[in-house]
Amino acid sequence: MAPITTLHYLVVGAALFVLGVVGVLIRRNVVIVLMSIELILNAVNLNLVAFSRMWGNLHGQVFAIFIIVDAAAEAAVGLGILIAFFRNKETVNVDEIDLLKW
Amino acid sequence: MNPGMNSGMAPVATPWFFYVLAGMAVISGGLVITLRNAVHAALALIVTLLSVASLYLMLYAPFVTGVQIVVYAGGIMVLFLFVIMLVNIERSSKEHRFNRIWPAGLAAACALLVLFVSAFVKGKALFTDRGMPLPESSNTQQIATMLYGEAGRMGQYTFAFEIASLLLLVAILGAVIMTKKKI
Amino acid sequence: MPNFIMSYLGSTVTPGEAGNQFWALIYVLIIFAGVSVAVIAMNWIERKALAHFQVRLGPMRVGPHGLLQPIADAVKLMLKEDIIPAEADQFVFWVAPLIGLLAAFTVYTVIPFGPSQAVSDMNIGILFMLGVSSLGVLGVVVAGWASNSHYPLIGALRSSAQMVSYEVAMGLAVVSAILMTSMNASGTGTLSMIGIVQAQQQQGVWFIFKFFPLGLLALIIFAIAMIAETNRAPFDLAEAESELTAGYHTEYSGLRWSLFMLSEYAAMIAVSSIAVTLWLGGWMRPFPNLLHAPAWDFIFSLFPGLTFLGLAAIAFIGTARMPSHSFFKIQRIGLAVFAALLGFIALLLLVAAVAGRSADTSLAARFNEGIGYVYWFVLKVAVFMYLFIWYRATWPRYRFDQLMKIGWKVMLPISLGVLVVTAIVGVIAS
Repeated sequence: MAPITTLHYLVVGAALFVLGVVGVLIRRNVVIVLMSIELILNAVNLNLVAFSRMWGNLHGQVFAIFIIVDAAAEAAVGLGILIAFFRNKETVNVDEIDLLKW
Repeated sequence: MNPGMNSGMAPVATPWFFYVLAGMAVISGGLVITLRNAVHAALALIVTLLSVASLYLMLYAPFVTGVQIVVYAGGIMVLFLFVIMLVNIERSSKEHRFNRIWPAGLAAACALLVLFVSAFVKGKALFTDRGMPLPESSNTQQIATMLYGEAGRMGQYTFAFEIASLLLLVAILGAVIMTKKKI
Repeated sequence: MPNFIMSYLGSTVTPGEAGNQFWALIYVLIIFAGVSVAVIAMNWIERKALAHFQVRLGPMRVGPHGLLQPIADAVKLMLKEDIIPAEADQFVFWVAPLIGLLAAFTVYTVIPFGPSQAVSDMNIGILFMLGVSSLGVLGVVVAGWASNSHYPLIGALRSSAQMVSYEVAMGLAVVSAILMTSMNASGTGTLSMIGIVQAQQQQGVWFIFKFFPLGLLALIIFAIAMIAETNRAPFDLAEAESELTAGYHTEYSGLRWSLFMLSEYAAMIAVSSIAVTLWLGGWMRPFPNLLHAPAWDFIFSLFPGLTFLGLAAIAFIGTARMPSHSFFKIQRIGLAVFAALLGFIALLLLVAAVAGRSADTSLAARFNEGIGYVYWFVLKVAVFMYLFIWYRATWPRYRFDQLMKIGWKVMLPISLGVLVVTAIVGVIAS
């Protein structure tokens, strides 16, 4: 079998990215949309770490660590928004979350 | 330098591991976006996160692997499961899974995929290895020097690290205030 | 074949480092068997010790002094009817114990029983252990949700909230121990488990005694956090019978429940191993620097044999004290056989210890050294296991809000303070 090059990892990253984008655009459940956003961030991380190995320095890995930190903060705030909204309207359907103020 | 060789010893069956792990990651990623039940989708996302962590390990990034397992799989997914259990209503499992405009979303994603594939095919020559192979045993130490070191020598990310901690503080405050009943 | 075995026994790296899959597999099987035996023994010791703490006898009927009770329990659980609630999510209900079991057992790949007696020495060993043991929380949450009943759901939410809260204090205590590994000449520490014990060896002090009382405080914080992390008394509100009818594993019966118990005991042994490795010097014998002469080495290498001799003596005394009624004949014979087995192992170890002192590279000497490392490690972990049982017998349960208050308002500030003071003292001392 051919040795595994950087291109292999980039293809996997691209596949995960496209799956995440499809999830954000298509699903109706807000929690699953947030999980698709996590998929997108993981795809970006995989790209960064693959490039870090390609260039031979650690900048990509440090950036990936910062993205993981950022994803944690974003998941916490996003789910907080979801819970605050759920308390008022009792739904997790994206199509029904369409009022700015009621 | 052969990308399959470690700096000390030859790893075992690297392509086999890569294909299994990459297949697991992509298949469970597909399951995340298609499963009806939110808890099943969360479990599929955990499988994706752990396979991506193993891919990091294959890319000689053990510290990022550790951070991914501790923060993502052990922290963020617990948060997701908590929230799914709190907002889990029976009605949501009986509704349609997908939007009314799902063909448009799928077409846009296909266009994106075509863009990626053409970029990879055209630029195949760009993605060859340059630079020295990463030493795996001092990975943590070098990342620590970059994150905590002095600004002159190797510590290029010290300021960003402090700002990231400020970001986490803001996120904690935001999450606490948003979920209070009376501000 | 003997050359193959001898060439491996003399190596100084773990099988994972050497890329040796055969020996790694052998170690994995040994660890699996060892953990299963340890869990069975823990079950018996817990019932007997709790009973003696409460001035009663505990199981006495099934084998001599109840020694076969865990086996009887295992057989009963395997033969019990497997009840799955009708409205429960079938797949998730089936997967939930497996997640906890996987998380508890994967940790054992990096636990160092000796300088080359580990399955693999990852250079992020301690980070891997903390991360994988935090995957156990997922098993709890998913188990409670899949049971589709409100007691398990509340129990799972409480149990996972408690585990996540105490993970923070645990992580900070671990960081302050890792900080102590970097206080050497080159100023670089290590995250690998074998490296941490070797750092204690080089610095000539167990980290519990370093910068006294900082190391001790860090160990105390870790010890309290690890009890809360494994849902043991006095933090066992989420699974106590009088509170929530067994919490997140209420709806599990038979073999599935035994998987939960297995993962709980395995997690207890795993976090105790972390405590032993980080603060108590891992596989090092007591006083490695103070009492350094070969005579002291020989005396300490007699300890494994003497321990088994002591156990055999206790078993013999038990045989002698059994009533000589014909009702007890089989139990007497059984206990005598067990005592003879223990005595045989003791003899083997003593012979190895005596034969291994002369030559340094003979098979007996290497075997003796390996046995010594594993013995001291297991002894220290066994002390922690006994402390777990002692706490369960002694202290009343914490209420849930008291538990969370302690986790966030007491343990987190103290562990942060210990970390900062350790860092300051380390910089001053260097």
